[in-house]
Amino acid sequence: MTELVKVCGLQVAVRTGAGVDVPIVHGADFSLHKGEVLALIGESGSGKTTIALSLMGYARSGCHIVGGSVHVDGTDLLTLSPSKLAKVRGRTVSYIAQSAAAAFNPAITIMNQVIESAMIHKTCSRREAEKKAIGLFRELALPDPEHIGERYPHQVSGGQLQRLMAAMALITDPILVILDEPTTALDVTTQIEVLRAFKKVVRERNTTAVYVSHDLAVVAQMADRIVVLKNGEIQENSLTKDLLIEPKHEYTKSLLSAMKPESRQDTVSQNIMDLETSTPLLEVRNLEVCFEKGKRVLQDIDLKIRRGSTVGVIGESGSGKTTLARSIVGLVEPSLGNIYLDGEALNASASGRTREQLRRVQYVFQNADTALNPLHTVEDILARPLSFYHGMKGQKRRDRVAELLSLVHLPDSIAKRRPTELSGGQKQRINLARALAAEPDIILCDEVTSALDTVVGAAILELMADLRKKLNVSYLFISHDISMVQAICDEVVVLYSGFKVEQGAGESFQRPPFHPYTQLLIDSVPEMKQGWLESTGANHETLPKIAPIKADVVLCPFLDRCSVRIDGQCNQVIPDRKKLEKGNQIFCHHSFSNKKSQALEVEEQPISQLQSV
Amino acid sequence: MNTHTSSVTAAEPTQKASFSSRFHVRSISGLIGLILVGFWLVISVIGPMLSPYPPNDFVSNTVFGPMSMKHFFGTDYLGRDMFSRVLAGTPYTIGVALAATVAACLAGVISGLVAAAATSWVDMTISRTQDALISIPSKMFALIMVASFGSSVPILILTAAIAYMPGSFRIARSLAVNVMTLDYVQVARLRGESMPYIIFKEVLPNMFRPVLTDFGLRFVFIVLLLSAMSFLGLGIQPPEADWGSLVRENIGGLSSGAPAVIMPAIAIATLTIGVNLLIDSIGSKSVQH
Repeated sequence: MTELVKVCGLQVAVRTGAGVDVPIVHGADFSLHKGEVLALIGESGSGKTTIALSLMGYARSGCHIVGGSVHVDGTDLLTLSPSKLAKVRGRTVSYIAQSAAAAFNPAITIMNQVIESAMIHKTCSRREAEKKAIGLFRELALPDPEHIGERYPHQVSGGQLQRLMAAMALITDPILVILDEPTTALDVTTQIEVLRAFKKVVRERNTTAVYVSHDLAVVAQMADRIVVLKNGEIQENSLTKDLLIEPKHEYTKSLLSAMKPESRQDTVSQNIMDLETSTPLLEVRNLEVCFEKGKRVLQDIDLKIRRGSTVGVIGESGSGKTTLARSIVGLVEPSLGNIYLDGEALNASASGRTREQLRRVQYVFQNADTALNPLHTVEDILARPLSFYHGMKGQKRRDRVAELLSLVHLPDSIAKRRPTELSGGQKQRINLARALAAEPDIILCDEVTSALDTVVGAAILELMADLRKKLNVSYLFISHDISMVQAICDEVVVLYSGFKVEQGAGESFQRPPFHPYTQLLIDSVPEMKQGWLESTGANHETLPKIAPIKADVVLCPFLDRCSVRIDGQCNQVIPDRKKLEKGNQIFCHHSFSNKKSQALEVEEQPISQLQSV
Repeated sequence: MNTHTSSVTAAEPTQKASFSSRFHVRSISGLIGLILVGFWLVISVIGPMLSPYPPNDFVSNTVFGPMSMKHFFGTDYLGRDMFSRVLAGTPYTIGVALAATVAACLAGVISGLVAAAATSWVDMTISRTQDALISIPSKMFALIMVASFGSSVPILILTAAIAYMPGSFRIARSLAVNVMTLDYVQVARLRGESMPYIIFKEVLPNMFRPVLTDFGLRFVFIVLLLSAMSFLGLGIQPPEADWGSLVRENIGGLSSGAPAVIMPAIAIATLTIGVNLLIDSIGSKSVQH
């Protein structure tokens, strides 16, 4: 079998302002057979997207392709004229971008955008194209395939939009499809649906594809072959099953190990935790937050954080986890409930709190790019809290800045630089160092690693665990990544659409039973083995049927997605908070006690089946 | 001219480096703009010292005389030396316009920052007042001001400043509102910083470049407004003359192609084009960041 796509000695460079070419891809060689899925994997800046784009003969502005060849189906794309390239793009090679929300035009119906490339390349008539699109919608398991095309992009969910973009890419039956981080912006539970749909379509149509990602576990599900990139050079090119079991290159090994967060719980903090009687450092009691029109984003939240302990909050986007942190620091005023620091109630708004209270609770923003003023130097940024809270001046302050920098493992020389001259990981360290400068009792970390590469993120977590031991600070850790949170937190809270659905010790999240939503989250985290996607228990398609719900009753928030819901109970009354045998508190009708739950299931199975028939 | 020779200013910690990296002019057109503006600024200061004749004296018997070694720009409709008159007009045109622009931008930016930082009803009051002002056509407003208070330099400055303040306010307010929502401002709020600190240390430096661009643009508008006023005979009063009044005085020479009418017009053109080129290059620099 001949190679369908062949890339030889591809070199891409960036031209700087001074007119000097800086190479960013140094001679990449790889090839694809028909029906093969190849993954390009690497950290940000490794050149994976640059290589993927050059497969369409394209280089981003500022970059240009210096040398090499890209043969797709026998033609070298790099020698084609712009007008001939335009015929290839969208027809022979198509592209699925990372953010579907940004790639769709909000003012045009979905159908018109999906069939646009077929219309431009005149592969078929409008009627045929629409018929084909509906077939693709069906294959991609989209709801209501006949009519979804009549809607506008804002009327469908993010995961659906991503699948619609796949339909857009496949409408012209391209020879090669490029998927550029298509699931990175999605929640894990949505990601799994999209991955399944992609995999099905790719297998059924025998599509040749290049899958760009930074997530090795996702790639393991999709790709036949993996190319590992670092700094624009290919480190390793092997079959997926070989790479996962026996990585040849050192860098691949480090990637693999960074994917598995180690448990960093230590006995010191456990001892402090055991002091149940003492007042918790920070307590949230019966918190409720309403935005306008009475929409509740958080309700009935209780939380205790002890000195030196780490509490994790997880949930998907829209679950209210950031709102929780923002109401603790006083950026969002709760409509009900109170926050106590060492037993003392805090003012609802940050402006009503004393300087000392503000100092003790520090908030680290998710995105270090916007959390650091681009015009201040690192020294300005770190020195301000020192003089503001501790009245430090002159040499003493400079020494303390140097101390803080070494605490977050950064060199002194960085003090004179501005944030724009730093890397993402360095910025996040400065962001953390600024919080430490206040010498707080508790630091709230809002997704501090989510914008970072796996290896860099792992280093930040390592650093935070280290600081906790040294300084005995507490953390409230907000994340969407359950595997990371359960590994580093003493206590974990699971939020779902504003409700606390489960709460328990960190290690208790390693063994079932769980709240059905927690179960779904755990099952949705990709594992680093082939075939996981097919075998995992996370599913959304077959839910037990229930009778229609009355509109004005408050019920379990997870009802419409729950795979173990019980007709006549879950759709009638709101569940209680129950304590499981392992100590976790859940918000569910099931109690999951070993014997009882089995009995319940035996009893309930026929009922739900009856309902579904 | 170290501002544009250092094209690659790395992370030098000195104040000078940060200044030049913030203001350096990269493109050729920006350089031309800088030279033109710099030239006129210098002339506005030392111009009167260079003038070969007293600007208001009748030095020649020919009216609308041609360019010669004796009279570089020819003579005007009364036989005065045109070169001296253009030099004498420079401080009027640039000085009055600069004073009015500074006043307009200061008032606009300050009220914009106050509106962005203050509670909603203060914001509403300031914004609606400025909206009312912006709805008055600037030339009409200037005519009314001159008709009621007479034409004098302070009145001209005040008129131009009031007419162009609302635009500056709108831009400053919208910039400040955007910066106010950024995370680093939230961080400062959570630290417990006072409003003046947030405005001057966190917000203002980050809207400096667009405000500077706006300043340049507003300067051009004011030069044109003042020239138009002078052209109508309502600006600087004879025998003193700014460039606009020089054009009007000598309009009779247009049919004979006298340099007396062309030269002040060229002066206005070079100044406004120069400012435009300069602010364009500053603006495009800010886009790159």
